Amino acid sequence: MSLVGKSIPKIDGMAIATGKPVYTEDMAPPNALVVKLLRSPHAFARIKSIDTSKAESIENVECIFTHKDVPKCRFTLAGQSYPEPSPYDRLILDEIVRYAGDEVAIIAAADEETAEKAMKLIKVDYEVFEPVLDFEKAIDHPSIIHQETDLHCNFDIGMQQERNIVSCQKVEVGNVEEELKKCHTVVEETCYIQAQAHAMMETYRAFSYLDHTGRLVVVSSTQIPFHVRRQLSRALNIPASKIRVIKPRIGGGFGGKQTGAVEIFTALVTQTTGKPAKIIYDRKETFSVTNSRHAMRLKVRLGADKEGYIRAMDIQGLSDTGAYGEHASTTFMVVGQKTLPLYNKTRAVRFMGNVVYTNKMPAGAFRGYGATQGTFALETAVNKLAERLNMDPTEVRLKNLIKEGETSLVSGGIKLGSSTLHKCIARGRELIGWNDKYPRREVGDNKVRALGMAVTMQGSGIANIDTASAEIRLNDDGNFTLLIGSTDMGTGSDTILSQMAAEVLETSVEKIIVHAADTDISPYDPGSYASSTTYVTGMAVVKAAEDLKKQIIESGARILEVSADEVELDGQKITTINEGKTISIEKIAELQVLGFGGNRQLVGNATHGSSISPPPFIAGFAEVEVDKETGKVKLIDYVAVVDCGTVINPNLATIQAEGGLVQGIGLAMYEDVRYDKVGRMTTNSFMQYKIPTRKDIGNIRVTFEESFEPSGPFGAKSIGEVVINTPAPAIIEAVYNAVGVRLTDLPITPEKVFLAMQQI
Amino acid sequence: MQIEIILNGKKVAMNVKNDEYLADTLRAHGVSSVRKGCDTTCCGLCTIWIEEKPVLSCAALSIRANGKSITTMEGLYNEAEEFAQVLVAEGSEQCGFCSPGFIMTVLAMKRELNNPTEEDIVHYLTGNLCRCTGYMGQLRAIKKYLGVMQHEPCR
Ligand code: FES
Ligand code: FES
Repeated sequence: MSLVGKSIPKIDGMAIATGKPVYTEDMAPPNALVVKLLRSPHAFARIKSIDTSKAESIENVECIFTHKDVPKCRFTLAGQSYPEPSPYDRLILDEIVRYAGDEVAIIAAADEETAEKAMKLIKVDYEVFEPVLDFEKAIDHPSIIHQETDLHCNFDIGMQQERNIVSCQKVEVGNVEEELKKCHTVVEETCYIQAQAHAMMETYRAFSYLDHTGRLVVVSSTQIPFHVRRQLSRALNIPASKIRVIKPRIGGGFGGKQTGAVEIFTALVTQTTGKPAKIIYDRKETFSVTNSRHAMRLKVRLGADKEGYIRAMDIQGLSDTGAYGEHASTTFMVVGQKTLPLYNKTRAVRFMGNVVYTNKMPAGAFRGYGATQGTFALETAVNKLAERLNMDPTEVRLKNLIKEGETSLVSGGIKLGSSTLHKCIARGRELIGWNDKYPRREVGDNKVRALGMAVTMQGSGIANIDTASAEIRLNDDGNFTLLIGSTDMGTGSDTILSQMAAEVLETSVEKIIVHAADTDISPYDPGSYASSTTYVTGMAVVKAAEDLKKQIIESGARILEVSADEVELDGQKITTINEGKTISIEKIAELQVLGFGGNRQLVGNATHGSSISPPPFIAGFAEVEVDKETGKVKLIDYVAVVDCGTVINPNLATIQAEGGLVQGIGLAMYEDVRYDKVGRMTTNSFMQYKIPTRKDIGNIRVTFEESFEPSGPFGAKSIGEVVINTPAPAIIEAVYNAVGVRLTDLPITPEKVFLAMQQI
Repeated sequence: MQIEIILNGKKVAMNVKNDEYLADTLRAHGVSSVRKGCDTTCCGLCTIWIEEKPVLSCAALSIRANGKSITTMEGLYNEAEEFAQVLVAEGSEQCGFCSPGFIMTVLAMKRELNNPTEEDIVHYLTGNLCRCTGYMGQLRAIKKYLGVMQHEPCR
């Protein structure tokens, strides 16, 4: 292979690094109306009356919408394939507001100042209800958050509206209680994982206009153009054929932009007025009125026999989806999916619990999508188990983890296709210096250093649901155009997909033009989420390129008047094996587009979905230094050894890993979405919500232990999400080894460590 | 009010409001490299130079810039491109949204610090947030660019 495995620079790298106008805001028409939203100050209320007359009378106010003016068809903003598992529980504007920040009115004006002035003149009278703010008290709370009778679920997700339950789930194989009784050692741990903000640097934004045929065009910083098109069609009640959604370069997503936060507002304005409109959320709105990671409480029980084999695993959970149910049932399901298969010497496993509504900002998709929460709880419990068993935590894992070719209780008989996780652990031990440094060393000055570790798995795409199409054409000049619908959000997926196409066609990346993420032009793709792009879209690209390659060979052979098996393609020309006659690809292209012999332009096509979601794995190792006097934790070193299958582009994979690890470090140590007593978010700026700066992270080292995934493109799996999962459990364990406190509610702030230390 | 600034070496007159900040003024003037990432002067995305010194343009009142020389990435293009090439070769720009502010700060550091250590670099750039890359790749790129000795990244 000549291109796969090479660190090819990103095809858009120079443009985005040097400030070129390639992002949403840069492209908005200068005359676009500015859209602003009036929001509820109350966490739970009914709008008794709303008066916009004064606001409307201001010059340059274009239009104002309230709940009386919008279509009454409920929808979900979750970016998921149809039929979405998320409940249709939203209106564009509703008479009931369900969290502080929920939209009350949409204002469009010629400029921002006018829009803001108008907003202040809207009079709203609310009937305020008692909000549900504590998710542990949501079930059967006297306040019922969704009482509407037109709430719709596409299929049964265990919704019990009157009890504030969005989804109720249970998976059990074997009898967990019975097996636990038989176990020699049983540990239990209850973990709290907080809501985390995506905090992508480009805030949410979109603009829209009507094109020359009167169709609605929406340009948005989104991960899900095709899903946005479907959402707009339903919410605005216009045919999908009248809508086009385009994603330009985008400034980060991390799952946040897998929820359609803003498009609906400009689309409504443009559709009604015929005028271009734009919306740009400020940082405060991005923090407080979009979405975050689901906060969860997860109780884990693990039972092991005398030899240290884990025989029973039980996870019982509660998840907080906030005011609306985007990604509610699926993030919760993934908690079980990405934990139960990991340790496969079990005889019984169970995952069960509820997802509840509360009067807080809705949760949504966030890198890791439940696996992060599940990994934290499970791995914290496994570390505790190792201690009880008097075993080294790496040993417990080597003994119990699933291996290539094996099944688990929940794998339905399907064998694991690829894994080097055992090697990852061995390599990680070496790199962090486990033998010398585990568990702890006093380093003087009241400081102690210690190690901790954790492992994790994720998936690669959603099995049997994610399906991507790809198309690749041979152009008249002998170059290629690759059409895909996946959404590069800086990860470099456009680049690695062109690497794959170039590899198959034995050409160079420079000869491939990539066009992506435009619903009018791109073949269907659900978008970039669920670690799907390399694995699912990648395979579609490989198949499409193979299809085209075959056509080029056949065409060349026909022109040279031999059969297809008598020629060879070397990326530039077709040569007959016997006589050495040649024809260049340029010439073939030219003859094909000219209709030579009644021919047509050559186009390769493929659609690909996978019946499995092969897990990438990571072994993560943390070294921390804890100040015994203050409880301050400093991360000294983090080693992550990654099995993502074949590494398609080492540099880009490394940055994905490093970036995800740092977000995981943020989750472990700093980040926390918090509310005040009446349900207003208090962490709505970078002052109160701290993401890691470059001073906060210590040294981070990433290395790969490649495996070969038979079902993936060139053996690749995925890397986007798995990288965020290990820091929290590894760091928590390192702190335990340092000072003897195992904190199970994230993040571990110095105060929490200090207070816990006082109690031992 | 009418102000006149020297934007990337050229005299430009513009009308600004009294409470307007340079980040907005420059963007309205078509300077695409200047971006905002926060409302609390925390992110560094909007970094430009005023009189050759790095400044957060989201906190600099436009009227106060009257008569001053303002440099954005567009005005340092060759130098910015040179560093960007190292950054891109390392794969260390991910979404790229933070890059212009980050690069403006790196280039200011290059002028200000002589032979900076790794610690100096991290310290100088602490105000430039990046949510994508985890910072390590940016550090590798800076060290390559400055020709500072470095130990091999672990691969
Ligand atoms: S925009 Fe964040 S510091 Fe200026
Ligand atoms: S590359 Fe995305 S914020 Fe830095």
